Formats: sequence, structure tokens, C-alpha cells
Amino acid sequence: MTRMTMIEAIRSAIDVSMGHDESVVVFGEDVGYFGGVFRCTQGLQQKYGKTRCFDTPISESGIVGTAIGMASYGLKPCIEIQFADYMYPAYDQLTQEAARLRYRSNGDFTCPMVVRMPTGGGIFGGQTHSQSPEALFTHVCGLQVVVPSNPYDAKGLLIASIENPDPVIFLEPKRLYNGPFDGHHERPVTSWAGHALGDVPDDYYSVPLGKAVVRREGSAVTILAYGTMVHVAEATAEEVGIDAEVIDLRTLVPLDLDTILASVKKTGRCMVLHEATLTSGFGAELVSLVQEHCFYHLEAPITRVAGWDTPYPHAQEWDYFPGPARVGQALRDMMEA
Amino acid sequence: MIDARRLSLYVPEPEVRPGNKPDFSHVTIPKAGSVRRPDIDADPESIRDLAFSIIRVLNRDGEAVGPWAGSLTNEELMEGLKHMMLLRTFDQRMLMAQRQGKTSFYMQHLGEEAVSCAFRRALAPGDMNFPTYRQAGLLIAGGYPMVEMMNQIYSNDADPLKGRQLPVMYSSKEHGFFSISGNLGTQFVQSVGWAMASAIKNDTKIAAGWIGDGSTAESDFHAALVFASTYRAPVILNVVNNQWAISTFQGIARGGSGTFAARGLGFGIASLRVDGNDYLAVHAVAKWAAERARSNIGPTLIEYVTYRVGAHSTSDDPSAYRPKEESEAWPLGDPVIRLKNHLIRIGTWSDERHKQMEAEIRDTVVAAQKEAERHGTLHSGGRPSMRDMFEGVYAEMPPHLKRQRQKAGV
Repeated sequence: MTRMTMIEAIRSAIDVSMGHDESVVVFGEDVGYFGGVFRCTQGLQQKYGKTRCFDTPISESGIVGTAIGMASYGLKPCIEIQFADYMYPAYDQLTQEAARLRYRSNGDFTCPMVVRMPTGGGIFGGQTHSQSPEALFTHVCGLQVVVPSNPYDAKGLLIASIENPDPVIFLEPKRLYNGPFDGHHERPVTSWAGHALGDVPDDYYSVPLGKAVVRREGSAVTILAYGTMVHVAEATAEEVGIDAEVIDLRTLVPLDLDTILASVKKTGRCMVLHEATLTSGFGAELVSLVQEHCFYHLEAPITRVAGWDTPYPHAQEWDYFPGPARVGQALRDMMEA
Repeated sequence: MIDARRLSLYVPEPEVRPGNKPDFSHVTIPKAGSVRRPDIDADPESIRDLAFSIIRVLNRDGEAVGPWAGSLTNEELMEGLKHMMLLRTFDQRMLMAQRQGKTSFYMQHLGEEAVSCAFRRALAPGDMNFPTYRQAGLLIAGGYPMVEMMNQIYSNDADPLKGRQLPVMYSSKEHGFFSISGNLGTQFVQSVGWAMASAIKNDTKIAAGWIGDGSTAESDFHAALVFASTYRAPVILNVVNNQWAISTFQGIARGGSGTFAARGLGFGIASLRVDGNDYLAVHAVAKWAAERARSNIGPTLIEYVTYRVGAHSTSDDPSAYRPKEESEAWPLGDPVIRLKNHLIRIGTWSDERHKQMEAEIRDTVVAAQKEAERHGTLHSGGRPSMRDMFEGVYAEMPPHLKRQRQKAGV
């Protein structure tokens, strides 16, 4: 067991996987010699050689397209898109090719591949270093979508994703890379050293895809969150003194509906929380599912707290980011409803 | 102050449109045998001229001439002729089947049979093609059962793809034929990745990517070239220039600005241009590129100069945008007739035997069609189960799909 940041946990997951399985290859922009702009692949090229971990041209569709070809050969590429904001040139390859290869070839060809991409805001990243494009992937049948919220899960989920026989979009909230973040930007930055989920086993373990986890038990309201918002939800529940049950979804597809429904049926209230823009965001799917399955248990309308329907701004970062003030107000409103 | 003259936009137009006389006078055709054959380890820079010429073996008299001749035995050529005739007959029958309502869609290869049929012969078992929808010759020349192709086209109960794919979007890993996608250009860069994987694993297999002239404008064409060149991937990058992308002439993809082969040069890739209607030349060039890839020297880009004689697809009517007689004016002729004439010229074939083989092939294809139709066609007879629709999205069916399948009552 070692204290790890999320960066170190991700690096450890890739290291363990590469050591465990020779078919795992790692590449992307600045991923090789330099070890990644976020240091997630540091030292891997030295350890496993240039043909297992290497730098690529700046071409997202090239990175994903070649990875699909490699996966169809029999390798297990674990590739990096430097920022989720830059995945769009690869969207064709991801949605029309990787996602559908198994289906359209009736299993003749498959695509065991992980596409890692740093996601989310809260870092003054502006319009193209802050986006949360998960809904653009959850809408695509054939893809699986994972968003860890802490080092322990990041390693276990990444190992599980690399072992998964189908393509996985692995979204890493970069605001959580070095420490948990509850949305209180005015307070000093904290590190993972003081957090229980910063204790990470050095060796192999995995966290199964499709399983959510209850981070905070409560009886008054269920908050469905993932990534950075899990920490915002936990902190806000304490601050406003509302006994919220916080569920960390961890995997958006496949979704752990059972855990969600059990909680909402218990609490009778549900809030959906995400950084991504509101309209047609993944929250809409969650709201719809909860409404469909828990209609007779609901005591208040399901509430969504999300990013505004604007591009992610720079100067107005904290007016945009759904922080404790907005979440707290929405919780109070819900309890009065 | 600068001169503020108003600008105007240039939009290329083909030389002729329906009603005009076809004119290929702008297409320069070098004499057969006139283009040199470099060693397979030639530096791309040293063979720049090959990207601007056309490698040809068969001359007007049906003789095989020059340094690219002699890559195939007479028996292999006979087999090649048979493959092209099989593909042409298969096309005719499937085109008719579509007109009869037995399937929704078909795309033929008329005039381009030599490209995929001759190329296939340069590959070894285990090599992988990443084809477009117009390289079925790779399957036919590779011995893939024609009945399976028809089952796929009919989406019947024996369809290897369970009715999930549009007709002609075949897939056969066993026959080195990657699953076809409707999205143009995507497979070009995937072929580079497959080749990189083979090199990473110190394998001996090579890959071949395929793209048409129109799709070279897709960004994945560019991505494929830069990755292939950067990593010296053991891949053959094939551009089939049949002059037309549905209704747009190759000039809209800026063909004629140099050549499509020349685009490889900017990436440092050895690039050749070949007569796509010359079975012997196609094979010789493919073999050269395959040996180059197998020797770990790096990728090759090949432009096949040919002509799309048929309609783009069964949903297309070319008389709306090009002269009806344009294909007859095409200076590189017909690949089947040219190989037939060569075989007659060297004394191993005759018109009578050719006619006899045409009849035999027709019988073979009709028999295969009957067998396929026993399994149903799109609108009658056996069909894939509704349950199959839900399978294979993921290795393991996730809960939400199980719920949907249940809702659908299967």
C-alpha cells in the first residue's frame, strides 16, 4: 500500500497492466520520452521500451485509428488524448469504428482499447481545457464510459478497463489529479495524502465496471454524481446539514441502476450533479431513469445541478462550476419542495 | 494602398458533361514497359518519377513488356482471368438481384476487377486488407465462398453478419479482409495501426489499406500517411483512382494537381502509379510493395489509374453527370479483355475457350445464388433473428440492453 496521487495511481495501473500483459501498448502525444503532460506515463518508456510506449504525431484520429487497427490485430492499446476537449477529431473513429466493430463484424473483429482523456474544469482551463464530453460517449452504443473520483478507484477501474474486451472511454478529472477538490476554490489546495482513498495497493487489483458506490450514506436525498462532483456533493451535504446519500457512479455505461434505485426509493428525493452542460447532458438520462423507476417513491421533482449551457468560460470559472453554493441552495430547495 | 480588386472562387469542372463527347486527351499514358523497376529498398526520394508516370506491362498488342513483366506464371494468369470473370459475373447477378428486389443495395466493380484480384495474389496468408466497399476481388481471388458473400448481401438466415450490415460490407478475418465500414477513409489509418502492431510483435505479416480517389480528401488519409511514414509501418497504402466519387470528378478531390501517388512523396513514402486495368502491372507493383514491407523497409503508396465503368451504386444514375459513352473512351481499356488478349497472344487461350469459361462461370455463380436464396432474401424466406439484433454490441450484454431485449419480447 502506497500513498498515491491520482496521477501516480493511473501510472501504476498502466505499469501493472504492461507488466502483466505484453499486448498492452501505450501511446499518445508527449506520452513516451517525456512521460505525458500530466506525468501519467512517466518512466514507462524507459521500463518497457519504445515499441510499448511511444510518442505520436499530433493527430487524434490518427491515434485512435491506429489503435483500432492494433486492437483488431490483437494488441490492447491504452492510448491518451491529451485533453478530452481535443477528442473531436477522433470522434468518427471512436463512434463509428471502435464502438461498432464487434457488432458490425459479428465478433469477427473486436476492439479491446482504452482511451484515456483528462476531463473537467475547475482549473482555469477555459474553453478547450475544461470540457466534460461524457454525454457524447454515453449516447454511443458499443462504448463504455468510466469516470473515477479518487486514486484507489482510478487504478482499479483503469486495470479493469484495460482488461475489458471492448472499447472504454476513461475520463480522468484533471482537477482531482493531485488532490480531492470540493469546489471551495477559495481554500488552500489539499492533497491525496490526507484522504483514505489515496492509499493504493502497489500490485494488481481491479474495480469492476458497472458498479457504483455509496460514498456517504444518508436518508434525506440521493445525490448522483461522478468525478469531481462526488467531492462537491459530500462536502456540501456536511455544510448544509442535509442528510444526503452520495452515490459515486464511477461507470456511466454500463450504469449501476440497482444501486441508484435502491437509494432513491429509500430517500424519496434525487439530485443529479455534473460539470457538463445541462441540456442533453448525462443527467437527463439519469433523471429519466429515476423518474421511470421511482415515480411512486418521489416526494419532490428530481433536480439537476450542472454547468450552464454555455462554453466553459475563463474569467467566470467559479460562476460556471457547480460548486457548494449552488449545490447547497438546490439541496435546501429540494427539502422544502 | 493595395489594389482592392474583387475576388472570385474557382470551382473545378470535368472537361465534359452528358451530351458532350468524352475526352481523355488530358490523360497522358506512357508506353507499356517504359517505366523503370527500382530495387525494393529504393529511397523514396530517388524514385519520385514513378509517382508521376504509369507503370504498365501489357502493350496494345497484348504483349507483356518491360522490367515489370514476368511476375506471374501462365497458370497464375489464367487463374487471374478466372477471378476477374467471376467477380464480373457475380456483380451482374447481384445487380440483377437488387433490381428484382431481393436485396436493398449493391455496388459493382465493373472496370476495376484487376485492382483487387491481382493485388490479392501478392499477399500471403495472415496478411490483412482494410478494404473499401469496392474490393470484393480480394475475397473472390482469396477463395472466400461466394455463397457467403451472397448470404451477406441478402441478409438471410445464413448471413455471417446476422443481418446487421448493409449489403457488400463483408468481413472475414480468416480471409484477411477487415470489416467494411460505411465511413470513408477510416480504415486507411486502421491499416497502418494493424501494420504497426505486426511490427511491435516482430511478426512477419503486413497490412494493406484501401481508399478511393474521392476519399483521399478525408482527414484520415492524411493521418494514415503521417503515421505510416513516421513509424515505417509495413503497410501498402492503395489509392484506387477510378476518376469518380459518386458524381464528383476527381478534380474535386484536386486530382490532376500532380497525382494522388505524388501525395505520398511529401510524407517521404515510396509512391508508385500503375495502370489499374493491367492485371500484370497491378500484380508486379503490389508484389514490389509487399516485398518492401516484408523486408521492413517501410510503406508504399500505390495509385491505381482506372475508371469506374458502372454506376456508383444501385442508387445512382451516372448518365445524370457524365457522358454515357465515357467508359468506352477510357484509354486504358477493359482489364478482362486485355488479359484475355494477352493470354491468346501467348498461345494459352482462345476465344472459344473464353466463351466456354464464361458459360461455366455463369453456371457457378447461378448455382451459388440458388444455394444462397434457399436461406432467404431480404424480403422473403429465412432472416436473422430479432434476438441477434441485441447481441454483440458488447462482449457481455449490459443490463440496459437486457431490459430492452426483454421489452422487445425476445
